[in-house]
Formats: sequence, structure tokens, C-alpha cells
Amino acid sequence: MPFNSAVITFPGSNCDRDMAVALEKVAGTAPHRVWHGDSELPAGLDFIAVPGGFSYGDYLRCGAIASRSPIMQAVIAAAGKGVPVLGVCNGFQVLTESGLLPGALLRNAGLNFVCREVGLEVVNAQSLFTSGYEAGQVLRIPVAHHDGNYFADEETLNRLEGEGRVAFRYAEEVNGSARAIAGVLNDTGNVLGMMPHPERAVETTHGGTDGRGLFESAIRGLVGA
Amino acid sequence: MKIRVHVSLKPGVLDPQGRAIHHSLEGLGFSGVNDVRAGRLFELDVEDSVTDEALDDMCRKLLANMVIENYRIEKVAA
Repeated sequence: MPFNSAVITFPGSNCDRDMAVALEKVAGTAPHRVWHGDSELPAGLDFIAVPGGFSYGDYLRCGAIASRSPIMQAVIAAAGKGVPVLGVCNGFQVLTESGLLPGALLRNAGLNFVCREVGLEVVNAQSLFTSGYEAGQVLRIPVAHHDGNYFADEETLNRLEGEGRVAFRYAEEVNGSARAIAGVLNDTGNVLGMMPHPERAVETTHGGTDGRGLFESAIRGLVGA
Repeated sequence: MKIRVHVSLKPGVLDPQGRAIHHSLEGLGFSGVNDVRAGRLFELDVEDSVTDEALDDMCRKLLANMVIENYRIEKVAA
């Protein structure tokens, strides 16, 4: 069965094409491209990606306006029915703002925009998105963000760690994130938000292919290899 | 009706911008500043028919992120 995915584009998204190319490379089928003003998603989706960028110019707070857009109401409904949703970078911010994921992303502790490749430790290798990795494996994945400093109250952080919902942790200091959290899962495991960009590490010409495993994991888990 | 909505970070939420502003004030030679927290001010012009509940709802649904921020609604005398 072909892999049926969608990439959401908001005004100001700029990683939507990269995400679409990565999904097509790994899955073999091109994703649907869905515009923020649409209120319905294509039928029978296996996977939804909310890409990086600066949706709505990052006005108000990063991801805040996008999370209230018509299409996000459809994404929230789909996530509630168990459809896997991946949010990368600004997409992660959109998912926290929409309430699909706990916590918030604050300005980087060092105040600077951080744009480089970082070490990323796979903490939970049993999720839909990470089953192709080994727990403790350290990937090399690019980051590019100004507001990636993950914040949640202590109780929430303890719960996330206790329930295996920390998918990725930075293996080095990047942005001041609480407990070095780089990616979190929702309580049912079908929504993942992460600041690093796996879609920028799927071909050797990218300088590394460590991000490929994330897409392969999801595709294998959803439609079989 | 003029409304001001003051949005500020909750106590305990790290404020790197406030810290940088604090540092810059010290750099300018101002002493005695113990802490700086940066916030946001919204000025709304709304019909008199807009209820307090609706204003509260606006803050909770959009103007503030309740995970990290508090808000205070102030009605400004015309």
C-alpha cells in the first residue's frame, strides 16, 4: 500500500519543500501539499508533517497564529484519531501552541539564532518515529532556530521522562532546553515534535543521512516495509 | 472601550531577554536593578458590548500562552 502523507504549508513556512522531498525520497510517493487556509485534510492519511519556517512571521509567539489556523483544527482532529503527526522546528512550536504537545519553546538561552549540526541522542527507540534507531545512539542532525529552548514545569518534565515521552535529547549544549530535551511525544505516541531537522539529513549530499531513519521508522510502522 | 492586556512570563520561567536587558542596563552604568522581566502589552479597542468573559477568553485562547504566561486585563478610562 502506498504511503499517504501530507505536508502543511503556512504563510512563512520554508522547510515544507525539504520535508516533501524527504518524504518522497524515503517513501517513494509524493506527499499531498496542504495550504493553511484549507479546512480539510486529504482522506486516508498515514502521516502528517508540520514543517519548519516562520509561520505568520512568528507574530505574537512562534507558531501561535498557525496553531489557530483552519487546517490545524483538522490536524488536531486527525491526531486525536491516531494519525501520526510530526512537527519539526516551527512545526514543533505549532504543536505545543495547539496543545497537541506539552510545554513551550522559549527564546534560546544564549539569545542567538543557532544554525549548525548537533549531536542528538535517541532516548526512546520504541516509538513509531524512532524504532529504526537504537536507544542511546547519537545522531548528527542540523538545527536552525531562535526559539528552541524547551520549557515545561517540573511535574510535566518528570512525567514526560517517566512515560518515555522524551524521544530525543541534545548530546551537547544547544539552546538551554530543560533537561536537554530536543523532541517529545504525546501521551499516545502518535505525535512527535522536535527542534532538529531530520529532513535535512536524508541524502549523502546533505552531509549525513542520520535523519532518514525517522522517516523509515514511520513508514515501516505504518505500511510495512 | 479601550482595553490593555498585560502579558508577562510566569514566575520561574526563564527569561533570557529580560536577563540580556538587565545586563545591558548594568552596562550603561545603572545600578540597583535587581531583576528585569520582559513582557508584552496589547491595546484593544472593543465595542462596549464585549463582555469580560469574552475578553478573558481572548487572552486564554490567543493573547497569552497559559503554559508560560500570565495576563492581566485593564480597562482604560476614556
